[in-house]
Amino acid sequence: MAILSKDEAQAILKKVLGFSTADECAAQLTGSTTGNIRYARNAVSTAGSSSNVSLGVEARFGKRSGVATCNQFDDATLRRCVQRAEEIARLAPEDPEYVPMLGPQQFLTPITYAASTAAISPDFRAQVAADSIALCEGRKLTAAGYLEDGPSFTAIRNSKGLEGYQQLTNLDFSVTVRTADGTGSGYAVGDFTDVTKFDTKAMTKRAADKAAGSVGAKAIEPGKYTVILEPAALVSDEGILNRLIYALDARSADEGRSFLSKKGGGNKLGEKMFDSRVTIYSDPLNTSAPGRVFDGDGLPVKPMTWIDKGVMKNMYYSRFWAEKNKKPATAFPSGFVMEGGTQSVEDLIKGTAKGILITRLWYIRDVDPQTLLVTGLTRDGTFYIENGKIKHPIKNMRFNESPVIMLNNIEAIGKPQRLGGNMVPPLKVRDFTFTSLSDAV
Amino acid sequence: MRRRDFVGLTGLAAGSLLLPSLPGMGGIFVEPEQLLDTIDPALKKRLADAALNAAKATGASYTDVRIGRYLNQYVFTREKQVQNIVSTESFGAGVRALVNGAWGFAATNTVTEAGLAEAARTAVAIAKANQKVQKTPVQLAPQKGYGEVSWKTPIERNFFEVPVKEKVDLLLAANGKALDNGASYVNSALFQVNEQKYFASTDGSYIDQDIHRIWPTFDVTVVDRTTGKFRSRGSMASPMGLGYEYLTPRASDKMAGPQGTSVIGYKQRYDMLEDAALAARQAKEKLTCKSVVPGKYDLVLDPSHLGLTIHESVGHPLELDRVLGYEANYAGTSFATLDWKAKGAPYGSKQVNIVADKLQPGSLGAVGYDDEGVKTKEWDLIKEGKLVDYQKIRDQAHILGQKESDGCCYADSWSSVQFQRMPNVSLRPGKDKLSVDEMISKVDKGIYIAGEGSYSIDQQRYNFQFGGKVFYAIEKGKIAGMLEDVAYQANTQEFWNSCAGSCDASDYRFLGTFFDGKGQPSQVSAVSHGSSTTRFNGVNVINTARKI
Repeated sequence: MAILSKDEAQAILKKVLGFSTADECAAQLTGSTTGNIRYARNAVSTAGSSSNVSLGVEARFGKRSGVATCNQFDDATLRRCVQRAEEIARLAPEDPEYVPMLGPQQFLTPITYAASTAAISPDFRAQVAADSIALCEGRKLTAAGYLEDGPSFTAIRNSKGLEGYQQLTNLDFSVTVRTADGTGSGYAVGDFTDVTKFDTKAMTKRAADKAAGSVGAKAIEPGKYTVILEPAALVSDEGILNRLIYALDARSADEGRSFLSKKGGGNKLGEKMFDSRVTIYSDPLNTSAPGRVFDGDGLPVKPMTWIDKGVMKNMYYSRFWAEKNKKPATAFPSGFVMEGGTQSVEDLIKGTAKGILITRLWYIRDVDPQTLLVTGLTRDGTFYIENGKIKHPIKNMRFNESPVIMLNNIEAIGKPQRLGGNMVPPLKVRDFTFTSLSDAV
Repeated sequence: MRRRDFVGLTGLAAGSLLLPSLPGMGGIFVEPEQLLDTIDPALKKRLADAALNAAKATGASYTDVRIGRYLNQYVFTREKQVQNIVSTESFGAGVRALVNGAWGFAATNTVTEAGLAEAARTAVAIAKANQKVQKTPVQLAPQKGYGEVSWKTPIERNFFEVPVKEKVDLLLAANGKALDNGASYVNSALFQVNEQKYFASTDGSYIDQDIHRIWPTFDVTVVDRTTGKFRSRGSMASPMGLGYEYLTPRASDKMAGPQGTSVIGYKQRYDMLEDAALAARQAKEKLTCKSVVPGKYDLVLDPSHLGLTIHESVGHPLELDRVLGYEANYAGTSFATLDWKAKGAPYGSKQVNIVADKLQPGSLGAVGYDDEGVKTKEWDLIKEGKLVDYQKIRDQAHILGQKESDGCCYADSWSSVQFQRMPNVSLRPGKDKLSVDEMISKVDKGIYIAGEGSYSIDQQRYNFQFGGKVFYAIEKGKIAGMLEDVAYQANTQEFWNSCAGSCDASDYRFLGTFFDGKGQPSQVSAVSHGSSTTRFNGVNVINTARKI
């Protein structure tokens, strides 16, 4: 019963709301069926599956609120769950940031579900692992990979008439391929709504090519270099670009504790902060990377431009902060799109006299929230480019760089690709700051 | 969990319906009084036997079952208000079966004899499917059954017996202290975790454990509106394997920092009000103190900082699954391979003695038995600078030619499969009497660092960069004022080989990580790192200030 239809889910939610005596009551059902397979050293290490549905109930008396959850659905349990939420609400202190629950909302029709992905079987997963391993064994390489997939749903309903339902499917795959002697390593990563767009062998081959090509890496002096950052370097592993997207919160900026805070007070909304070629927006109906059509509060997620031609166009306003500042509240999207051109990574390499190609950035951590400075390292395929060609692999390096500076130093933007539910173009950036060498492969 | 994640979590706390989706927060809501009841071991034994028998009947050569009740209570506040109070229970069972040398795992929240038997049969079926791609059969180190035994974290005050109001009052009082001392903003939180775990295996063990962990924390920010500058200072509290008694301050558990600093360290008791006031004053001082001049410095590292460096540059590289390549696609591998060890190159200087354990009282790793029924112990990892051993579990011991597991297998939930996790990994204190002030008196040009800050290390654990919470210049043997924008970069082996010794055992304290991540799908675990203040010579320090 992990994946409920709209009618099944709303029937449960209606019943839950019916049990409530609170001034306001909201309920949310989420469910998923997830399967996974993990392999390393060219052999499967673990495989499993899990399914669950859970209900969250928020009850409010005046400005007092309480939350309870359960994962059993008989009437007695549902009734008890509502009662517990109400009991906590009665005991809780008044919330000075109380905002009334939303009334009925119009949501876009989501496009996040593909029956093909929902139908994936354990045999399919085993085959993915087997194909990936076979390709690597044939080239005397070693594969370590992970596949996770499954359908999920979210349904919401509240006592003010709000109602929403969305089904999603997703498949995430990543593979790291290493040479037998451990001197070369390559990586490929991707995610898909529709499994028919997933090609295990092509992705594994990409990682295998990078592994084979990264043997014999030479050390170069750390310093400022022109770099080509592949999408995986920009958004995977808590990437440098999503760091910026997650930091677009108006409240932190207004409170003076964000890179978007203005000297003397206020925020930088409307200011030009990045290169004019930088436009970042979100659109839940983007066919390549569709997203959620409502957020946890029940706010509709609509197409929205965050950065327009380098100008800070919109920031995230929670419902409380929006009301306080007389701004429209913003739903936080599940993915973003950075506009780009038509050039592939290979095209960007061709147009580079001297530079570094970066496959992946790793262990990215905040260093200074004032400037959004982050540190991390290159990993799984770093190459020196000369006269439009890859000259040789180079040893990995640590960088210390701010995405704000990075988006001001843009040389070229390539064609966006889907990654992590986002559309991310490869970027060519000048003066990217490397601060030390790493012996890691 | 680190500061950034904590801030993210407190931000989310406002959207309370989102909380169940966060790691460790899922489950059924339960009232506080219900949390005090534990489940009768006799009932758990009957349930476990249903799984063990079902797996055996369908072809398993070895089976273990974990029936787990995971109780969490989290309280979030900011400034003068409560943001959220969450109590959850997660109850279920996981069955792991070995069939012809291949593992299978299945979990269920239907905790009945039929439900467990069904999960056992699913685990066997998955094991049989995995056989097809299994090349080397799993070899388990022998393990004797312990019969019916139990273990409890020796707590003085169960946090579920403490009224929520007392907890809220404490956090709000800490926020008040921070605000009174110049904080512009303060977030605080209290994380409390109780794992009631029952383990049974076909080796004949029935192990009932009741484990408690607690983490009080906060983050204080001071904003200077005129310059547009802001600085934060987080709590110096380590998460601990203690009960609510951790929050009752005790003078004997306080360690004054070196002369010339306002640092206070804490051992087995924490003074949240004192630390919150200090945090605000230090954050304010950070706004105007000197920015570091990059270069080589001798570093004097407080245990509240050094613990994280130990965690990242010794704890993780010596996990045997990483060493062998099982984490290659996610967490990475390790420079400290079996070949590297065989060459006998020094990991660190003679002063470096690092020990692993799951025993130290008050530590996050302390349990009686691990999640595959092995009694916990202590063992050496690095002796006088030389790597002598790794961290390993039952199906890894044979790879090193050893006959027993180290007892460091862990799963973060009944629904997660257990695997090798880091035990407590600690630096032994210096044998000779040495205070922090004496250590600093010998440093000509250095920096004293307390508290964990920004941290990053490569996937083979060579190159790392660490920040901290507070930094003080050391000039000619004396503390010479606060510094900002400090981070040090080093190579693991160079760094540990530059170790010039530790203060004595009277300075020994823990740093803990409450939500350490590993594996795919990712699992969290909690672990402590003990050390005394330690000196490292000639480490490269960079300045992290930028203009945007």
